Amino acid sequence: MAYSEKVLDHYENPRNVGSFGKEEEGVATGMVGAPACGDVMKLQIKVGKDGVIEDAKFKTYGCGSAIASSSLVTEWVKGKTIDQALEIKNTQIAEELALPPVKIHCSILAEDAIKAAVADYKKKHTE
Amino acid sequence: MFAPVYLDHNATTPIDPRVLERMRPWLSEQFGNASSRHEYGRAARRAIDEAREQVAAAVGAHSTEIVFTSGGSEANNLFIKGAAAWYRPGIVAVSAIEHPCVMRPAEQLARHGWTLRRIGVGAEGRVQAGDYSAVLAEKPVLVSVMAANNETGVLQDVASLAPEARKAGAVFHTDAVQAFGKIPIDFRALNAAGVYALTLSAHKIGGPKGAGALVMDKRLELEPLIAGGGHERGLRSGTENVAAIVGFGAACEFAAERLAVTQRQLSDLRGALEDGLLRMGAMLFGSGALRLPNTTYFSLPNIDGETLVGQLDRAGYAVASGAACSSANPEPSHVLRAMGIEPGLARGAVRVSLGAGNNDKHVQGFLDTLRETVAKLHGMTALVA
Amino acid sequence: MLKLPIYLDYSATTPVDPRVAEKMIPYLVEKFGNPASRSHAFGWEAEAAVEEAREEVARLVNADPKEIVWTSGATESDNLAIKGAVHFYSSKGKHVITVKTEHKAVLDTCRELERQGFEVTYLDVQENGLIDLDTFKAALRHDTILVSVMFVNNEIGVIQPIEEIGEICREKGIIFHVDAAQATGKVDIDLGKLKVDLMSFSAHKTYGPKGIGALYVRRKPRVRLESQMHGGGHERGFRSGTLPTHQIVGMGEAFRIAREEMAVENKRIGALRDRLLKGLSDIDHVFVNGDLEHRIPHNLNVSFAYVEGESMLMAIKDLAVSSGSACTSASLEPSYVLRALGRDDELAHSSIRFTLGRFNTEEEVDYAIKLLREKIGKLRELSPLWEMVQEGVDLNTVQWAAH
Repeated sequence: MAYSEKVLDHYENPRNVGSFGKEEEGVATGMVGAPACGDVMKLQIKVGKDGVIEDAKFKTYGCGSAIASSSLVTEWVKGKTIDQALEIKNTQIAEELALPPVKIHCSILAEDAIKAAVADYKKKHTE
Repeated sequence: MFAPVYLDHNATTPIDPRVLERMRPWLSEQFGNASSRHEYGRAARRAIDEAREQVAAAVGAHSTEIVFTSGGSEANNLFIKGAAAWYRPGIVAVSAIEHPCVMRPAEQLARHGWTLRRIGVGAEGRVQAGDYSAVLAEKPVLVSVMAANNETGVLQDVASLAPEARKAGAVFHTDAVQAFGKIPIDFRALNAAGVYALTLSAHKIGGPKGAGALVMDKRLELEPLIAGGGHERGLRSGTENVAAIVGFGAACEFAAERLAVTQRQLSDLRGALEDGLLRMGAMLFGSGALRLPNTTYFSLPNIDGETLVGQLDRAGYAVASGAACSSANPEPSHVLRAMGIEPGLARGAVRVSLGAGNNDKHVQGFLDTLRETVAKLHGMTALVA
Repeated sequence: MLKLPIYLDYSATTPVDPRVAEKMIPYLVEKFGNPASRSHAFGWEAEAAVEEAREEVARLVNADPKEIVWTSGATESDNLAIKGAVHFYSSKGKHVITVKTEHKAVLDTCRELERQGFEVTYLDVQENGLIDLDTFKAALRHDTILVSVMFVNNEIGVIQPIEEIGEICREKGIIFHVDAAQATGKVDIDLGKLKVDLMSFSAHKTYGPKGIGALYVRRKPRVRLESQMHGGGHERGFRSGTLPTHQIVGMGEAFRIAREEMAVENKRIGALRDRLLKGLSDIDHVFVNGDLEHRIPHNLNVSFAYVEGESMLMAIKDLAVSSGSACTSASLEPSYVLRALGRDDELAHSSIRFTLGRFNTEEEVDYAIKLLREKIGKLRELSPLWEMVQEGVDLNTVQWAAH
């Protein structure tokens, strides 16, 4: 499997790896995928009072493309409102990283991770 | 000790030194399994892809139409048995002069509910139009007619035979093992005429033994002969023979390159050879038909072919008394029998097949030796010129 | 100076031993005759070389040269053995037994037989990868005509009880086929003792060239096959097609070297494998897949829990290894062999196969250990599963959002 330069870059130097403290203000978590499928992505966002995503962190169990996809979205969601973040589409991720067809599911998973994190945020803040 | 002269290129050819150079790395430091994902494997995969392009280019096909096999025999078996598996048993029609690796699989089908029709040939070894039409009228499922015969070198007009087969609803295949590298083969044109698949072999064109291909229309459904792992789009499993495939690709590149030159050189040489043979009273088989430029198949009156080739070998000339694959068989050639050649004459048959590296001196030396040998066999004192 | 990447994938294929290549080259150059040419010295010379190689192959496994049939490789041998025997003996029954952890060459061939109306039992293996003989006996039926069990597994290197299975098959008059592609040069094979009827061999797993293999076909008691490739009647009618002399010569030489050197070589390679295992064994949550005792000394298959196999391969690209078998590693499916051991999918996804061989050194193994330790640490830092386990979460209780 030949990986694109961008996948390799994110894989070698993943951005925003880690976790926020669970109790930190404004933190929401999206966990998608399953070990049996070979991919699990955990995306955390830290949302400010103004609804803008201030920071994001990820951890991913999966192939290089999965790691790169999640690393990329942590960069992309920062500075966006949660609604703007929801507009990120898997096709944009796949295009940015030049993912081959067999790796498209990684970008879908990354999009799902954003949705799950935002859903978690909304759940916590409508209660 | 003098080096014997090799005049049996239809049996196998010496490898082109340039081909060997291309193969060498794949027998040493470049040893990966093309299915492996690390660099060793990916390098092997790239080499196979390149070879596939070279083979495709040599016959005017697309690389996705090439299925690599272990050789011509396997490719012919793959077509006959693999295509048959997709149909209910019907008629399989092959010319009466096919190579055993087409004939035997067809006979095998006949043991499993199929009906085998052997299409007759005329005295010059060409498929008889009347017989062909009669067989097609029976609506065969599969038809296979070789592009050039390995013994006589006689060419079949595949481009005209195929459309008729298509009209009759048959899947047409041609064994192009002997024709390839000696005359131009254009799969695109043949495919348009109704040829669904054709067979190639590396070792007949200056490539290594152990590689061949079935060039096939992708609409053709085939059941693989060899299952397990799904290599070659599922049509032929087994770890790819990278070195031989690379050699095959290289041989194709060089064969295509020198086709025009060899064709003329070989037919000039063959002309000289046949002049000499005719002066000795030889009977030339199939010489009234269009033939490969390198092949002469002849018989001398009252001379046994087996004995003659044995004597010639001792005198330093390697020729064949029949097809290489069946030469353990003392029966007279099935090809000559199909041409209606009487058995006495057929038993005298000797095949000379020229190739790259042969020259005037070889041919003149051969003729001289033949004259002496024949004289000896006739119990006469050799006349020293 | 280390040459990178370090090749640790000898079960996928081996380099051609330079001695083998040297012996092959003349048959690509001046000795180029077709071994089937009976009318001249070029042919006889090639034929003599083919027969000499046949003797070498026979000697490694203590067989008669007349019992060795050349093929294009072990995949073809497996196809010829299984389809050839089952078709020949189909009047005696329609049941075949094989094992879930066999190579695809056997499994796909058995699937084909099922489509033709035969019935196939795919035996489970124990957690250690070995067949349980009682399970095997229970699977036998009155109409069982063929049993196919591999000698050495390509992914986990375990050695099946071929001798015991052979006794049972012979007693019941069932044809026994063994895929020995991964066994030659690694375990002693004595066909004078083993009650095996058909055995598949490959050259390129034993430092010979690709594109050549052989099938052992027992003569006493005689085993018959329906040929799968018809033509000029080469190989006594078992397999037609021009014999690739240089490849055959290569296989003969490779098998000669194996016979002469395997005892010493296997000790050396076993020591390297043990060194590798020792270097990894104190890392948490590392599991060896397959029995360690009934195993060839060349193989180490390990699951690094909570690290996904493909990202691991990327991280250790200085090591040429495989996750899953070479033939299937283009797919994203976890290895069916590890699944058959009852490994859960996560551990199956996390497995790496190291297979060592003739040209590996201690220095290479030490480099591999250092690299693996470093990268496992890095990838686990990235792994949400590892984090959860560190926090004491039982992953089996987690509801995963399947996608």
